[in-house]
Amino acid sequence: MINVSKLKKGLVIDHIAEGSGYRIFRQLKLDQLEDVVVLMRNVPSQKMGKKDVIKIENHIDLDLEVLGLIDPHATINIVENGNRVKKIRLALPKRVEGILKCKNPRCITQYEKVDAPIFYLSDEESKTYRCSYCDSPTHFQGGE
Amino acid sequence: MTAVSESLIQYERLERLTHKGHSVFFCNGLLRQFLTFLDFQERSFFVSIFNFAQRGKEGGFIMTGRHLIEPRDFTVEELEKIFQLAEQILDAPERFLDACKGKLLATLFYEPSTRTRFSFEAAMLRLGGSIIGFDDPNASSTAKGESLSDTIRTVGAYADAIVMRHPREGSAKLASESSHIPVINAGDGGHQHPTQTLTDLLTIRQEKGRLNNLTIGVCGDLKFGRTIHSLIRAMDRYEGIKFVFVSPEELELPTYVKEEIEQAEYVETRDLEAVMGELDILYMSRVQRERFVSEEEYLRLKDTYILNPEKMELAKEDAMILHPLPRVNEISVEVDKDPRAKYFEQAHYGMIVRMALLMTVLGVKEND
Repeated sequence: MINVSKLKKGLVIDHIAEGSGYRIFRQLKLDQLEDVVVLMRNVPSQKMGKKDVIKIENHIDLDLEVLGLIDPHATINIVENGNRVKKIRLALPKRVEGILKCKNPRCITQYEKVDAPIFYLSDEESKTYRCSYCDSPTHFQGGE
Repeated sequence: MTAVSESLIQYERLERLTHKGHSVFFCNGLLRQFLTFLDFQERSFFVSIFNFAQRGKEGGFIMTGRHLIEPRDFTVEELEKIFQLAEQILDAPERFLDACKGKLLATLFYEPSTRTRFSFEAAMLRLGGSIIGFDDPNASSTAKGESLSDTIRTVGAYADAIVMRHPREGSAKLASESSHIPVINAGDGGHQHPTQTLTDLLTIRQEKGRLNNLTIGVCGDLKFGRTIHSLIRAMDRYEGIKFVFVSPEELELPTYVKEEIEQAEYVETRDLEAVMGELDILYMSRVQRERFVSEEEYLRLKDTYILNPEKMELAKEDAMILHPLPRVNEISVEVDKDPRAKYFEQAHYGMIVRMALLMTVLGVKEND
């Protein structure tokens, strides 16, 4: 068992579904941080069997939209002086901006530059979002 | 809530609004620019607050300067305002001859259209306004590689309103985001065609005397038929509406359109004859050759439903046949003589409702 020391100050993204940790790491561009970042995979969990955990030794602005999209069941703990001071539960965002890309070949966003396309959640279960321009459905796969 | 409504009352100075706590919008002054960032539910919410705040000042509704991208950009009450104005124009068109004098409409047609373009141009000319525009994108700066947003910004420096048809879905919404003058969607690919819907609704309102408690059959190409998608979205907001969708399997209504139906009942069938007797309105549509990748597929499907006098015998006595036109052969010419065929009247209503729409978004009144 590898031991990772307890955080004094920072963020813990906990209860990440097994295997999603790396996707979150990549989508949040955590490799570009200068702070200490630890990605733990396949951590034993009573509730989940196995889970992924990410620890960041600083208070950074996390993109909750991205996190909610990849894993709406993950939680974020804010740690101060070694104690958890706040816990944030995530949810699938109703509206995402600049994360998804429309797959409709007839959509204007395939031809014109749109900085941050907006999508609206249309079906929570299947994580289906609709393009705000052409209304076509897009299923979030996590690889965008 | 309070902060939002106060900001909206002072919308001329609206600069920053936070949205759901984490996004910031810059609005540089005008409500309509802010509205383009919202989905239709949010838009309706803000518009209703804004209209409430302004009630009494402009007779209860602020419609000047608004874009029309899809039918739900206007509430049912706001549409009724447009229809009431259209009714006044129908009754006494001479009162409106100079209503748009000094106003300039830009018609940007990136896709061929005779009917819609003529209808808009006739509407503007009958109101005393002027027109600039193109109907061949190869003759515009687009051919030089100019982006849609740049074209819209440039045209916005010359004209008072833009009417745009474009083959790409969502193009009108994108255009509206770069425009400080009203953008009216005259068709964006297979997506939406809201002014055809205004036409359809005015025709139904005038000919049937109501927009509620109707069984509406929609027949033909329900997959690519943007007029149909817009019509369904619009009629779903009225009470007692039942849709009967008649199409071959390959041209069924897209799931996303069905999912959006909130209030109306609907059934799907392949058999037009079996449902003819139930319908108050039959909305026929053309199978559009230009939307098919395969010519073979088009030829196989184009004649699936042809409305002829025999089928008309099965229809109610007071049924009404509509068609957005142009027709190919989905309604045989013999049906034209039937008093229940209203598609040519529909074309006239189309010009009238566009006159009312132009006056509304330009904020002009009848002749002094």
